[in-house]
Amino acid sequence: MTAPHPHRQEARAGGGSPSGPQLKGSPPPAPRASARAGRPPRPGRAHRVERWLGRHPLGLALTAPYTVFVLVVFAIPFGFGVWMAFHDYFFTAPGVSVPHPFVGFDNFTAVLGDGDTRRAFRNLGVFMAINIPLTVVLALSLAAALNSATRWRVFFRVSYYVPYVTASVATLAVWLFLFNGSGAVNHALGAWAPEPSWLANKHLVMPLIALYVTWKQLGFYVLLYLAALQNVPRELHEAALTDGAGRWQAFRAVTLPAVRPVTSLVILLSLITSGQIFTEPFLLTGGGPNGASLTPALLIYQRGLEQGEPDAAAAIGLILVTAVLILATISRRVMERN
Amino acid sequence: MARTLLRLLRYGALGLGAVAALLPFYYMLIGALQKKRDTSLGGLLPDPSNLTLANLSGIDDSFSLTTALLNSLIMTAGVVACTLVFGLLAGYALAILHFRGRGLVFALVLLVQAIPFQLLMIPLYVMVVRYFHLADSYAGMILPFAVNSVAVLIFRQYFLQIPREIFDAARMDGAGELRILRSVAVPLVRPAILTAMLVTFIGPWNEFLWPFLITKNPDMQPLAVSLANFSQANSTFQANPMGAVLAGACVLAVPAVVLFLLFQRHFTSANLGSAIKG
Repeated sequence: MTAPHPHRQEARAGGGSPSGPQLKGSPPPAPRASARAGRPPRPGRAHRVERWLGRHPLGLALTAPYTVFVLVVFAIPFGFGVWMAFHDYFFTAPGVSVPHPFVGFDNFTAVLGDGDTRRAFRNLGVFMAINIPLTVVLALSLAAALNSATRWRVFFRVSYYVPYVTASVATLAVWLFLFNGSGAVNHALGAWAPEPSWLANKHLVMPLIALYVTWKQLGFYVLLYLAALQNVPRELHEAALTDGAGRWQAFRAVTLPAVRPVTSLVILLSLITSGQIFTEPFLLTGGGPNGASLTPALLIYQRGLEQGEPDAAAAIGLILVTAVLILATISRRVMERN
Repeated sequence: MARTLLRLLRYGALGLGAVAALLPFYYMLIGALQKKRDTSLGGLLPDPSNLTLANLSGIDDSFSLTTALLNSLIMTAGVVACTLVFGLLAGYALAILHFRGRGLVFALVLLVQAIPFQLLMIPLYVMVVRYFHLADSYAGMILPFAVNSVAVLIFRQYFLQIPREIFDAARMDGAGELRILRSVAVPLVRPAILTAMLVTFIGPWNEFLWPFLITKNPDMQPLAVSLANFSQANSTFQANPMGAVLAGACVLAVPAVVLFLLFQRHFTSANLGSAIKG
């Protein structure tokens, strides 16, 4: 990276416009600038462009489509969403312009005072408490077993990954029919089948959704752990064993610390996915029974699009993102402390 | 003795995991083929007298499977094409070219991955539907997925691994940057193109939420949305409603699973890792 400062001043001195011909026609400031910077006098136009835009200005053109799309699809909606959360925003007939007055934190207090919001966040808490530890333990155990297995490795790896590449809509249909009142699971359980059944049971519905998401994502995390385990030097593990450590001790002393960065990443990614839980409660239960499987993302959809309160929905979104961000920061601190 | 036990334990756990991962797919297939719903444990085994393909035509009566498949295909192809073009250009520029603002663009690539969709959902919906008037259109479906930071990172990573001398030599020979990109860089990263295609294919093909939000016209809905609506509508007039839904689930699942099985080598942890860690 070069520091083009002198040239920026030069361009301003040359008439306020950095375009070529004008600069060429107004040499007086150039010697001053180049003398100060100790560069050869009267640099050519190409040289100037290079100072300004870097050695390959084409890079700007090549990244422009990406950058423009990011602005349109991410940055502007992001800003719009934050703006919405602090204003009185509602849908109007197309073409009608109405004022959207600034309301400060009104949307937030209204939303936080609502029982549904608190229920949705409580449900999310239940989801995370089940999903994240289960994901870490299962993914690490399977990856460790897979790492020391000699046969059928490809088969196991592939089968764990199949749920991950399959559409939620498709796999949810199976879970729905496995776990509904007259489904195969209750058939197998016989007299032990829960009453009311899984999806209608306010205590079981959120754990079931957490279990589904763990099942669906597990293959991805197994692969992440597998990559990390393959980088742990075998000698380290063997040294611990010859020093008289048991297998479990060796695992704790050598393997666990070695995969710590991946565990941190797995927790972070699970946290982010947790915040986005929408399709599962929407298709399995619609948020029921009686709000027992309502999640913040589902609530955003209901408030914003079904009930026509996009400002309230934006406020919930901002609260959700802040909460996830805080949890992510805490988890990173904890994971990096030892 | 202890060694054998450990081995047994290891393969037991791996086998249990595989069964848990695959059993629902088996159930999807069996359920889709059943003439009459059988939820008993015996129903898990194929019963020749209870097998049929009628469920498939059953959903076709409710919504046009071909239209839905075609919509899914168009949306997916659009997303993959945009992802590849934008990803290749940006990845190449970020890895090979020195230009002002490169650090900023790279920061943007990483930042985009961190912005959660829940926050964008409502404002993006308002923008696309109300201001851009793209409801019920392919452009509207494709737009939010057209930029994909994972693809940019995959390409950047691949370009960084190519010795710089190759590009310098091409420059010495007088090739312009665009020419280098087309005739030197792109052919060199063919494996990355395949990986990026496979990784980005799955997303739009399986996507439910966004097309569900912006398509109300059944003729424009991709399969995931049509199927979810069909399953929600409790199609009681079907002979075997569950079988019909599961048959649709198979149609939705098969392309992604088959592609994955064919190219599973490309879904290695190294690829995923580099995509995530940048």
